[in-house]
Amino acid sequence: MITAPTIEYFALAPLLIIFGAAIIGVLVEAFAPRYLRRAVHVPLTLLSLVGAFALVILQTVRGVPTTPAAMGSVAVDGPTLFIWGTILVLSFVSVLLINDEEQFVPSAAAVPGSAEEEKAITEGAAHTEVYPLALFAIGGMLLFPASNDLLIMFVALEVMSLPLYLLCGLARRRRLLSQEASVKYFLLGAFSSAFFLYGTALLYGFAGTVDLLGIRERLAVGGGGTETLLLVGTAMLGVGLLFKIGAAPFQAWKPDVYQGAPTPITALMASGTLVAAFGAVLRVFWVALGNDSWNWEPIMWGVAALTMVAGSILAITQTDIKRMLAYSSIAHAGFLLVGVMAVGERGQNALALSGLLFYLVTYGITTVGAFAIVTLVRDPGGEAWHLSRWAGLGKRSPKLAGLFAFFLLAFAGIPLTSGFFGKYAVFRSAVALGEAWLTGLVVLAVVASAAAAFFYVRVIVLMFFSDPSADGPTVVTPSWATSTVVGFSAFATVALGVFPQPVLDLAEKAAKSLFVQ
Amino acid sequence: MEPAEILSHTGGGAISLAWLMIVLPLAGAAILLIGGRATNKWGHLLGVLMSVGAFVVAALVFLQLIGLDPAQRRQSVNLYEFIPGVANIGLLIDPLSISFCLLITFVGSLIHIYSIGYMSHDPDRRRFFAYLNLFVAAMLLLVLADNYVALFIGWEGVGLASYLLIGFWQYKPSAAVAAKKAFVVNRVGDFGLLIAMFIIFAQFGTLQYAEVFPAASQASQGVLTAIGLLLLLGACGKSAQLPLQSWLLDAMEGPTPVSALIHAATMVTAGVYLVVRSGAAFFPEGSTAGLVVTIVGVATLLAGAIIGTAKDDIKKGLAGSTMSQIGYMMLAAGIGPAGYAFAIAHLITHGFFKADLFLGAGSVMHAMNDEVDMRRYGGLRKLLPITFVTFFIGYLAIIGFPLLSGYFTKDGIIESVMHHNAILGWLAVLGAGITGFYMTRMVVMTFFGPKRWDEKAHPHESPAVMTWPLIILSIFSVGLGAYLILSNRLLVFLGPAVGQPAELPGFHPFSVPGLTTLALVAVGAGIAIAKYGRSEVPVVQPRGSFLTVFARRDLYGDALNEALFMRPGQWLTRLAVFFDNRGIDGVVNGLAAGVGGSSGRLRKIQTGYVRSYALSIFVGAAVLAGAWFVVGTL
Amino acid sequence: MELYAPILVLAVLGAGFAVFSVSIAPFTGPKRWNRAKLDAYECGIDPTPQPIGGGRFPLKYMITAMLFIVFDIEIIFLYPWAVAFDKLGVFGLVEMVLFIVTVLVAYAYVWRRRGLDWD
Repeated sequence: MITAPTIEYFALAPLLIIFGAAIIGVLVEAFAPRYLRRAVHVPLTLLSLVGAFALVILQTVRGVPTTPAAMGSVAVDGPTLFIWGTILVLSFVSVLLINDEEQFVPSAAAVPGSAEEEKAITEGAAHTEVYPLALFAIGGMLLFPASNDLLIMFVALEVMSLPLYLLCGLARRRRLLSQEASVKYFLLGAFSSAFFLYGTALLYGFAGTVDLLGIRERLAVGGGGTETLLLVGTAMLGVGLLFKIGAAPFQAWKPDVYQGAPTPITALMASGTLVAAFGAVLRVFWVALGNDSWNWEPIMWGVAALTMVAGSILAITQTDIKRMLAYSSIAHAGFLLVGVMAVGERGQNALALSGLLFYLVTYGITTVGAFAIVTLVRDPGGEAWHLSRWAGLGKRSPKLAGLFAFFLLAFAGIPLTSGFFGKYAVFRSAVALGEAWLTGLVVLAVVASAAAAFFYVRVIVLMFFSDPSADGPTVVTPSWATSTVVGFSAFATVALGVFPQPVLDLAEKAAKSLFVQ
Repeated sequence: MEPAEILSHTGGGAISLAWLMIVLPLAGAAILLIGGRATNKWGHLLGVLMSVGAFVVAALVFLQLIGLDPAQRRQSVNLYEFIPGVANIGLLIDPLSISFCLLITFVGSLIHIYSIGYMSHDPDRRRFFAYLNLFVAAMLLLVLADNYVALFIGWEGVGLASYLLIGFWQYKPSAAVAAKKAFVVNRVGDFGLLIAMFIIFAQFGTLQYAEVFPAASQASQGVLTAIGLLLLLGACGKSAQLPLQSWLLDAMEGPTPVSALIHAATMVTAGVYLVVRSGAAFFPEGSTAGLVVTIVGVATLLAGAIIGTAKDDIKKGLAGSTMSQIGYMMLAAGIGPAGYAFAIAHLITHGFFKADLFLGAGSVMHAMNDEVDMRRYGGLRKLLPITFVTFFIGYLAIIGFPLLSGYFTKDGIIESVMHHNAILGWLAVLGAGITGFYMTRMVVMTFFGPKRWDEKAHPHESPAVMTWPLIILSIFSVGLGAYLILSNRLLVFLGPAVGQPAELPGFHPFSVPGLTTLALVAVGAGIAIAKYGRSEVPVVQPRGSFLTVFARRDLYGDALNEALFMRPGQWLTRLAVFFDNRGIDGVVNGLAAGVGGSSGRLRKIQTGYVRSYALSIFVGAAVLAGAWFVVGTL
Repeated sequence: MELYAPILVLAVLGAGFAVFSVSIAPFTGPKRWNRAKLDAYECGIDPTPQPIGGGRFPLKYMITAMLFIVFDIEIIFLYPWAVAFDKLGVFGLVEMVLFIVTVLVAYAYVWRRRGLDWD
């Protein structure tokens, strides 16, 4: 007997708004004349983000649902709503950056430097598809951490990734690098998706269901002689997820892709995608595999340690500002994984989860701010990517360099910046378990942060204590949108570094209503 | 009497608005820095207004506080939780902190007003006022904090303001170097303070004064001594005490109002504040840490005085004198509750007369085209009458001329130290004698004798906006000491905050040490008059005796630092770099050492080939699955 | 393990068929050689000689094929719905219309952007 499924439209409304706007965006691309497209896309995209955010707030105020929506496949619970809110805010500022400067190629299909490309530039062509593409990616980001079912999660993963593969290849300058990044990201992403899917299949073999809660119940029963399926399945699923957060040894794509992608897209990936991927990691490892933590925690320990060490050490010799920030993002992924391991009984989980959520907010906001500043420092051929070009920037434009230095200090986790409390909240929850092996990891994390602080400070020293070269990069006057983004990021980084409590409270309240546990 | 308990403030009134003291100047700094050139016209007035506003709040808080019963006079005002369970941002209003607040905001406001005139020709006057406001805010946070974390933030804040202001004329390489030096030397001290905070937190699980101080007696002696010595290291850095004294003399590169406010009256006394504030817990009477404080204090007071005797730069002479006077305060603070009140009393009066002297020196420099060499002054008495009179009052106050401020407070220190340890006491007396010499030398060389300046200089009296602060400061330099010391006013007032000795000390003007001090000061002054007043002062610095050169070179403090720390440090760095050269990517840095090498090697894994990335993912997946398998089947 | 036996059997059968077809073809098939037959791949593009720098390939064929696959796979969803059409009722109808609308949007985009034109 087949009965029609029920859908909780209200709970899913933020998703529906984003996807609906994306589809309207495609129609705009199809039917609106070229000169009108941008004028329609920008308000449409921003309004849909605002609308979705308003609905997230409304849901939080009206009370978080207590059962999964859409026949148990989408879990709209406290953490999901918190992550949704975070992603929507980060996306909003990233879209402001996307809109702002001519970061995108006029004609992606034209050979770089060819007459066709020249022609496209003079005609004022533009790939306004970036707006609906970004919306699709954002929609995927929203669905990814909310999925309560491995298949939905896979679909979300693809919906999130496919537009990003495309967007990565659209950088206006350094075309070859951008195309290379796009292809690399696509190939490796597809490769890792295969792992994810394989893991899903194996876990289905183990549990007889792809539902996260179902897998959890099957684990609680235990026994059955299909341990192998569980172990290999977890490993494969883990590879797919760890690839997305850029954990070692699956981090190789991150620097190449962050470097090649248009900087606003890098900002979106480094903030939104990371938040979404961590949400998914939490859901898989805490909800589905929470009862199996003694099996996955040792492995995760190794991955976290390797990730933070690799990220911190490799960052030191980077000479490209975007690659350096990519390695910084890898190191931060390692720090965040510490929080993933701090799973325990109920009260502990709320502590750990709230710490993670807070860290994600702080890191995401600071990252967008840092990349926004990267877009402002220009050479004749585009952004001044080489670190040596940033020498003496503090003397030419002290405000900009000061803000960038401030963001770097926030990455390093200096007190009075939000980064400090992010790290503090996550590490505290890991230490609170009182287990030596986790405390050891926290010690390693603190040492790695110190090593990481070295390369942040190196850039600051470079900016403020070196003499600027005569033909140094120009700092463009930021438009209102970029100023808004930088200002917002700086404000939030200060505010969360001085008054972290309201957001911590919010995160803790959200963390308490995680489904199961 | 033990210090009173710290109560949490409940009632309203001015005390609950104490945060305004910090916020007003902070807002001033923010407006001036963010507003940029748009605020050029009225920026200095805003700066003055914010500083005066902070003073008004401080005065109101003070009035409310003295209206309370002495046992109620330690109140902590909680503002918000900064790190839950570790540190709240809260303010501690007690007699000690409010004394500092009044000093900082009052002298600070006068110096703000003076700076309007002093900096009137400087195109960056607005930025200067922004930094001054920033400094006032940070300094007030430092003294008002009710925990070590907030104190540390204020501590770093004043360090930052000091760095920015020393290097204010950054186009002068000497100013930039001096700023850097102050920054680096202070980091050494801050490191000590930071480690002390770590130990306190590890030991007591909190950094709130209200919880740390009562619990201190339960910790072991070794831990207490360690904390005390590390706090002292922090105090030495900020207060330019041996062995971290070297930065203060160079800090005179900053504009003179800065030297007066930060490097004489307020910031450099933060170390004394730290010792007195933590005194009951970590420097109790007769403790090892306390003993070390007294030794540092006495060594610095002599070293500073000796340096002061040989300097020809008027500001550097005053800087040596500042070191020396802070040495007196440290000495008194080290002996326990018997000395705290005198340390603070001397700190307050010193704040006034040293600010008076510095601003006077600034007024002279203003008149002399920024010439600082006293050998090119002379005979300025008639040309700068107001400056001369006020400077002379400051001079009488600092040498301890009977009935002026310094007489009461310095004598109080010497008397109380004498009871504690006679050797230290007599050394302090000797220091007073040297003070008499170098201050007289300064006054004689500047204001008396024939004129030695060249034709280009046209000395003129400063405008009223500069002379009025001088006049007010000199009035306080005359009477404040007597007011604070006679009938133990300050001692009794501070009692609830720092404790007070069982029997109150009397005032003995004709004791042996007191009379000896006066006699030695007179001898010192006499020698100075004989040497510099009676005979001609050469315009070019003579080579001088061995001892003079020794003093001129700051007792070879820099050479010592260089030999002991800088050179070995450089060698270590070079060694590290040498071993690492192969790994370093030379484009950007010469800095990466150790870690850089492994980074360079690891970097080769990142080939850029998508096939090797995929391989690494594959191998990673295999390793992960294998590991899972191993763990799972264990 | 019995659960997996049919899969194994199917795999063996499939592999056997493939190996059999490939190995029997040279013996049974007619042998009429021409130029196109000798090409590595019959996709309309000469793999050799390669133009300098790799040159550019016409992608028309590939784009069309790709679009076909996209729409083809989308339509697969219609099949199970058609089977259970009566039981899913109005809900199924509305959802399916929504689904077709989204496919139509993609179609409209391809059409308006001249993805369906050969030249």
